[in-house]
Amino acid sequence: MDTPILEMKNITKIFPGVKALSDVTFAVRQGEIHCLVGENGAGKSTLMKVLSGVYPHGEYTGEIIMEGRSQAFRHIADSEKVGIAIIYQELALVPDMTIFENIELGHEIAKHGLVELNESIKQATEMLKRVRLDVNPSTKVKELGVGKQQLVEIAKALSRHVKLLILDEPTASLNEDDCDNLLAILKDLQKEGVTSILISHKLKEVIRIADTVTVLRDGMTVVTLDAHKGEVSEAVLIKHMVGREIEDIYPKRSQAPGEDIVLEVSDWSAVQPSTGKKVLDGMNFKLRKGEIIGFAGLMGSGRTELARSLFGNPDNYKLAGKLTMKGKERKFSNPRAAIKAGLAYATEDRKGNGLVLIQDVKFNTTLANLGAVARRGVVDFNNEVKIANEYKDNLRIKTPSVDQLVGNLSGGNQQKVSVAKWLFAAPDILILDEPTRGIDVGAKFEIYTIMNALVAKGMSIIMISSELPEVLGMSDRIYTVSSGRITGELPVAEATQEKIMRLATS
Amino acid sequence: MVLNDIKKAVRQNIRDYGMYIALVVIIGIFTITTHGLFISSRNIANLMNQTGYIAVLAVGMTLVIIIRHIDLSVGFLSGFLGAIAAIGMVQWHLPWYLSILVVFVLGTIAGIITAFLVAKLGIPSFVASLAGWLIYRGALLLVTLQTGTIIIPDDTFNAISNGYIPDIFPKLTIIPGVHKLTLLLGVFAIAFYVLGDISGRKKKQAYGFEVLPFDMYVVKLVFISIVLAAITWVLAGYNGLSWTLVVVLIVVMIYHFIMNRTVLGRHIYAVGGNPEAAELSGISVKKITYIVFGSMGLLSALSGILYASRLQSATTTAGSLFELDSIAAAYIGGVSAAGGVGKVANSLIGAIVYMSLTSGMNLMQTDISWQYIVRGAVLAIAVIFDVTTRKTKA
Repeated sequence: MDTPILEMKNITKIFPGVKALSDVTFAVRQGEIHCLVGENGAGKSTLMKVLSGVYPHGEYTGEIIMEGRSQAFRHIADSEKVGIAIIYQELALVPDMTIFENIELGHEIAKHGLVELNESIKQATEMLKRVRLDVNPSTKVKELGVGKQQLVEIAKALSRHVKLLILDEPTASLNEDDCDNLLAILKDLQKEGVTSILISHKLKEVIRIADTVTVLRDGMTVVTLDAHKGEVSEAVLIKHMVGREIEDIYPKRSQAPGEDIVLEVSDWSAVQPSTGKKVLDGMNFKLRKGEIIGFAGLMGSGRTELARSLFGNPDNYKLAGKLTMKGKERKFSNPRAAIKAGLAYATEDRKGNGLVLIQDVKFNTTLANLGAVARRGVVDFNNEVKIANEYKDNLRIKTPSVDQLVGNLSGGNQQKVSVAKWLFAAPDILILDEPTRGIDVGAKFEIYTIMNALVAKGMSIIMISSELPEVLGMSDRIYTVSSGRITGELPVAEATQEKIMRLATS
Repeated sequence: MVLNDIKKAVRQNIRDYGMYIALVVIIGIFTITTHGLFISSRNIANLMNQTGYIAVLAVGMTLVIIIRHIDLSVGFLSGFLGAIAAIGMVQWHLPWYLSILVVFVLGTIAGIITAFLVAKLGIPSFVASLAGWLIYRGALLLVTLQTGTIIIPDDTFNAISNGYIPDIFPKLTIIPGVHKLTLLLGVFAIAFYVLGDISGRKKKQAYGFEVLPFDMYVVKLVFISIVLAAITWVLAGYNGLSWTLVVVLIVVMIYHFIMNRTVLGRHIYAVGGNPEAAELSGISVKKITYIVFGSMGLLSALSGILYASRLQSATTTAGSLFELDSIAAAYIGGVSAAGGVGKVANSLIGAIVYMSLTSGMNLMQTDISWQYIVRGAVLAIAVIFDVTTRKTKA
C-alpha cells in the first residue's frame, strides 16, 4: 500500500494575473482513497485539470509521475490511456442515449464499424453490477435520478479499466441515501484495487472515508494527513483550510424575529400541466418579519417547486390555494410581478439559471433591478459601477474588479454575486435555495453572516437546504417537506437531525 | 513608451480591432489592384449605397442572433415590402411618405408574427422563418404577377438610395469640387466625439474610476479624429453624404445606443446570455423576443425601401439572398451563435467588409465564381479568428 501510484511534483500553474497553483506536491498511494479538501479557489480543480490533461503539458511547470513513469499529457485522452478517469460535478452523459450507449461512448464495442449490441449490453450489465446499480442498461439516462446518473459515470470509468478514479464533488447534489451508497461503492472499488481521489466540501464524509487527506490553500499544499494515525478531525481540517480556527460556523443572531406575518401560504397545491402530476399538495406555512425559516427535505421532495410556484410560477403549474403577502392576497403571473411585490428567489443552480456567466459582475449585480440605475430607460454606467463596487465590498466578493466575467469566479463568489443581485432588488422576502451548495467553509460563514445582517434589518428569509446542520444552525423555525407535502413544523429549539430526517422521509 | 502602451492595448483588444484591421487591409489590397480606383470618392459613395440595404438587415440580425435565434424570412420580406411600397405609390397613388409608413407597419407586423410562432408556440426560429421565407417569396411573385417589374416614378423616393444631401454653400469657391456641408458635418462629428469623450472621462474621474493614462488618451483621440477626418474627406470628394448613408448611420447610432446604454439593450444581452436566469430575474423573455423580431421586421421594411429606391423599381427577384448576406455580415462582425455576444457597430463594419469584397472584385472584373469563393473564405477566416481569440481570452 505504500508505493505511490501517482506523484505530482512542484506543480505551478499561472493564469494571466493569478498564480493558481504554486509549487504543489501531491502523492497518492496505490489502493487508497485520498481526499483533497480546501476552500473554493484553493486550486483543487485546477490541480485535477493539470492531472487529467485539460491543461496540457507545457502550460504548467512541474512533473507528473504515474506508476513510476513521467507523463506529459497533451489532452484528456492521454490521461485516460494510462488509467486516469475524472468525474465532474456537472455530469458528462448524453441524456437521450441509453445507459449502455453512454458507458461505451467513444469506445464502442464494434466489428467492422458495426456495434455489437449484445456484447455491449452484457459488458454494461457487468459494470453496473460493480456499482450496485440494478437497472436495465437499455434505460435512457434522462430517466435516472442524479444519484444513479453519477453511478453510470463511474461504471463508464470502470469500463475503461480505470486505475485512478477522480471524483470532483460527487456528493454535492446527492441526498443522504445516495451519498452513503456512493461512498460504499468507493470502498468496494478500493477492495478491487481502484485508487480514488475525492474532492469534497463535506468534511464528515471525508472523515468517514479517507485514508489520507491533503489540504490545499491559496494554490499551495498545506498539509497531508494520515487518517489511520488519527490525524484527521473536522476541527483540524477546518483550521488548515481557512488558516484560522472558526469557533462556531453558524454565527449567532442577537434579535428574535418580529411578530408581523409577512407571508402566509394556505392550501397551496400545484399540478404539472404536461404530466398531470401533483408536485405540491395542500401546503400551509407562515413567515414572520425578520425570521429565517428553513425548509428541509430530500431532493425531489418539492422544495424547489414550492419556491418557483411562489415566485411567479415560471413553470406554468396549475396552482390552487392562497398566497398572502403583508395582509394582501396576491397572484403573480410571472417572476417580474413577484419581484415588484418584494419577493426574491436565488436559485439552487447558480450557473444554469441564476447568473449570466458570460457577463461581468456589475451586469449581474444590477440585472434584477436595472431600472434603479437607469433614467428614462438609459443606464447610468458610472452609478452602476459604483453600486456594484459597494456590493463587492460589503459582501466581500473576491474579484479583481466588477468588470470580471462571473464565469471566471469561484463558486462561493458566484453565490455572493447572486445574493448581491437580489439584495439590490431590495426585497422584503428572500428565498435562498441551497445557498451554500458547493462552497467552502469560509464562504459559507460569510453567507450566514450576511443572512443574519439582513434579518436584523427586517428582511425575512426562506432557506431551502439539504444540509441538516445548516438548517438547524440558521433557522428560527423548520418545516419538513416530503413528496410535495409539509410533514412537520419544528421550532429550532425542539429540532434535532434525527427528528427532521424522520419527518422528511415520512 | 507611448508606443509600447499602444502595442499592449492593441494586443489586449485585438478581438475588437480585428475587423477594423481587416477592413483596412482589404481596402489597401483593392486600392493597389485597381490602381486607386477602389478608394476613389465616387466608388466609396457607390459602395456605401450598395451596403445600405444589407447593413440595416445585419443590424437587426445581430439582435436576433444575440437572443439565440435566426430569421431567414428577412430577404424576401424585404423584397415583398419593397414591392408593396412601389404598388402604394403607383397603383394606390399614395404619397411616398405614406407608402413608406404602410410598409414599416406591415414589416413590424410580419416580425411580430414570426415572434408569435417562436415565443408563444415554441417553434424553432429556423423553421418558423423558413416558412416565412417561402411565403414572402410567393407573395412577392403574386403581387408582381400581372405587372412584372414595377417602375417607381417618384423622384423623392428614388433619391433615398441615389441622392445626396444638398450642399448649403454650392457657390463657395474655396475648396472646389468638395461637398462643403459634408465637410461641415464631419467637423461637427469630430467635435461631438472629442467633447463627448472628454466629458465622459471627466465623469469617470469624478467617480474615482480608472481611466486611460493621459498620453494614451490623447493618442486615441487624435487617431480616431484623423480616421473620421479621412472618411469625411473621401466622402466630400464626390457628391457628399448620400441619403442611404445618413439612414444607415442613424439606424446604427440608435441601435448602438439601445444595446449599450438602455435597460432594453441590457435585457436583450441577458436573454441571450442565459434565458432562464433572465426570466427568473424578472425579464420577460417573450417580450424581448417580440421586440427583437418586431425590430427585425421593421428593418426588413427599411431594407426593402432602400433596395427598391436604388433600382427605382420593384422586381420579382428583389431580396434574394439578402438574409444570408446579412447573416454573413453579422458573423463577420463577431456575433456568437451561442448567444449573448455581438455588437451592432461591428456588424455594420462586417457588412462593409462583405460588400467591399463584391465591389472591389467587380472593379477587378473578377469572375463571379471566384467572388463567391473569396467571400466564403473571408467569412470562414473571420469566424475562425473570432473563435480562436475568444479561446485565448477565457
